[in-house]
Amino acid sequence: MTTTTPRNDDGIGTRPRTPHRRHRLPLGRVLGWVVMLIVLLVTLFPFYWMLRTALSSNSGLATHPTSLLPVDTSLNGFRRALGLTTREESLAQGGFGATIDFWRYLANSVVVATAVTVCQVSFSALAAYAFARMRWPGRNTVFGVFLAGLLIPSIFTLLPNFVLVRDLGLLDTLPGIALPTLFMTPFAVFFLRQFFLGISVEIEEAAMIDGAGRLRTFLQIIVPMAAPAVTTLAVLTYMTSWNDYLWPLLVSQTDRSRLLTLALGVFRSQAPAQAPDWSGLMAATLLAALPMLALFLAFARRIVNSVGFTGIK
Amino acid sequence: MTPTSPARDRGRTGTGWRRSEWRDLPTALLFIAPATFGFGVFLVWPAIRGIWLSFTDYSVFAPASFVGLDNYRRMVADPVFWSSFRVTIEYVVINIGVQTVVALLLAVLMQRLTKSMWVRGIILSPYLVSNVVTAMLWLLLLDYQLGIVNQLLEKLGLDRLLFWGSPGLVIPTIALVNVWRHLGYTALLIFAGLQTIDQQVYEAARVDGAGEWASFWRITLPLLRPYLAMVLIVTSIGSFQVFDTVSVATQGGPANSSNVIQYYIYNVAFTRYDFGYASAMSVALLLVLSAITFVQYRLSRAGQSDAS
Repeated sequence: MTTTTPRNDDGIGTRPRTPHRRHRLPLGRVLGWVVMLIVLLVTLFPFYWMLRTALSSNSGLATHPTSLLPVDTSLNGFRRALGLTTREESLAQGGFGATIDFWRYLANSVVVATAVTVCQVSFSALAAYAFARMRWPGRNTVFGVFLAGLLIPSIFTLLPNFVLVRDLGLLDTLPGIALPTLFMTPFAVFFLRQFFLGISVEIEEAAMIDGAGRLRTFLQIIVPMAAPAVTTLAVLTYMTSWNDYLWPLLVSQTDRSRLLTLALGVFRSQAPAQAPDWSGLMAATLLAALPMLALFLAFARRIVNSVGFTGIK
Repeated sequence: MTPTSPARDRGRTGTGWRRSEWRDLPTALLFIAPATFGFGVFLVWPAIRGIWLSFTDYSVFAPASFVGLDNYRRMVADPVFWSSFRVTIEYVVINIGVQTVVALLLAVLMQRLTKSMWVRGIILSPYLVSNVVTAMLWLLLLDYQLGIVNQLLEKLGLDRLLFWGSPGLVIPTIALVNVWRHLGYTALLIFAGLQTIDQQVYEAARVDGAGEWASFWRITLPLLRPYLAMVLIVTSIGSFQVFDTVSVATQGGPANSSNVIQYYIYNVAFTRYDFGYASAMSVALLLVLSAITFVQYRLSRAGQSDAS
C-alpha cells in the first residue's frame, strides 16, 4: 500500500506534464549524448589519424587519402624520422633527408624537465611553507609582491631573459633553457601555499614541541601530508616544461641543447612545402607526443582532478 | 593536546607572537631564499629591464642607447604593428568566443550525462600534447591535397578550402585548431565551477515549473558568472600570447595575415635584432593584457556581490 501511494500521487500531480516530459527528457539526453560523442570523436580522431598516417607509405597516402586504415603498413616513416635509413632510401620513399636525433633530444628534454620540476617544486614548496605556516615580519608584504608576479605574462620577460642568459654565456646550453623557471613560478608558490594552509596546525605544533626543527617538520609532516598537491604540481610543471617551444627556440641553437618539442618544429621547417613526407612527419609527431601521452596515462586521474583547482589562480 | 593549547594561547597575546615572529625570521628567510632569488633575477629584474629597453636603441651586439619615446612613436606609425594587433584581436575573439561557448555546453552536458573519468580524461588529452604537435596534426588534417577534411568536403560536393594558405581563413583556422587543444581544459574548469552550484536550487526551480532552458539562463549562468570571468581572464591572457602554432604552421603568412603580435615581436627581435623596438611592443602588449585583466576582474567582482 505504502509503495503505491507515492506512485499515484506522482501520476496525478504531473499528469498534465507527463507526456511532454517523457518525450522531451530522453530526447534531450539522446541529443546530449550525440553532441558528446561528436566532441569525443573530434578529440580522438586526430590522434588516430597521426598513427594511421605514420604507419602508411607516402605513395599509398597519395592514392588512398581517405583510407581509415594504414596504407602499405610499414615502420618506414619512423625509420626515416629517426635517420635509420640511408639518404637515398629516404628520398626514394618520399622523405626529405632530415632526421630527428630522437634519443639525444629525448635525453635533453628529460634533463631540463626533470631539473625544472624538482627544483621549482622544492624551492616553491619551501617558500610556500614560510608564507603559509611561519610568522615573520613582512611576510604578507613579500607574499603580496610574489602574487603580483602572477600578473607579469611570461612573454614580457622573454627578451630581457634572453639578454641575461646570453650575458651569462649560457646560450645554447641546457642550464640556459632551465634557469628562468628553475627557482619558482608565482603560481607554484601560490598553489602550494593554498594547500599548506589547509593542513591541521595541531599535528605540526605537536612535532615542534617534540623538538623537531622547522626543516624537519616541513619534510616529515607537511610534505607527506601535501603529497597529492605536490605530485599534481610536479606533473603539471613537467608537462609545461616539456611542451614549451618559444623559450627553447630562443636559447637553443644547435643539436646539443635541442629539446624534443623544438626538434619537431625544426623537423617540420625542413620539410618541403610541396608534397611533404606526411608519413615521416607524423611518425616524428607521434614520437614527440608519446612521452606526454604516457605521462597522462600514468597520472590521468590526478591530472583531471587537478584542473578544477589550478584554474582558481 | 594539553601541550599545544598553552602554546597557542601564548600566541594570541600580542607580545608572544612578536617574540616568535623574530625568532622565526632567520629560518623563514632561509626558506624563501631560493624562490626569492629566482623571482628577483628572472622575473622582477627582466620586467624592469624590459621597460628600460623599450626606451633604447638596442641591437644586442652594441650597448643600449637611450632614445626616449622613439620606439613608441615608431610603433604608432608602423602599419605592420597595427595589422598584427588587429590579427591578434581577431584571433582572440574567435578563439575565446568559440572555446568558451562550446566548453560551457560541454561542461553542462558532462554534469547532466556522466561523471565518467574516461570522458573527462579523453576531452583533456589534447591539452597534454604541445602546441607544436597540435599544429602538426592539423596541418595534415586540413591539408589542401591530402587532408581528410578537404577530402570530405569534396565528397560532399563542396569546394576544397585553403585553410592554412588563404588570408581570410588562416586566422579562424589557427583559432579553431587551438580550441581543439584547450577545449577540454576549459570545459573541466567550468565543470569545476558547476559543482559549486547547490543542486537544491535546481530542484526548487523544477518544482516551480522551470524547464532546462530556463534554469540554464536563470540559474546556471548567473551563479557561474564569477567563475566564468576567472576562466576568461586565464584563457584570454594565454590566447593573446599565441605564437607556437603560427611559427610552426604559417610563419605569419600568407602576406602577414597570420602575423600575430607575438610572432611580429619575435621577428623584430631575432631576425632584425631590434630589441628596443621589440621591447616597446612587448610593453604595449603588457598594457593591453593588464587592462583586460582589470576589466574582467571588475566584472567578476560585480558577479560576486550578486551572488553573496
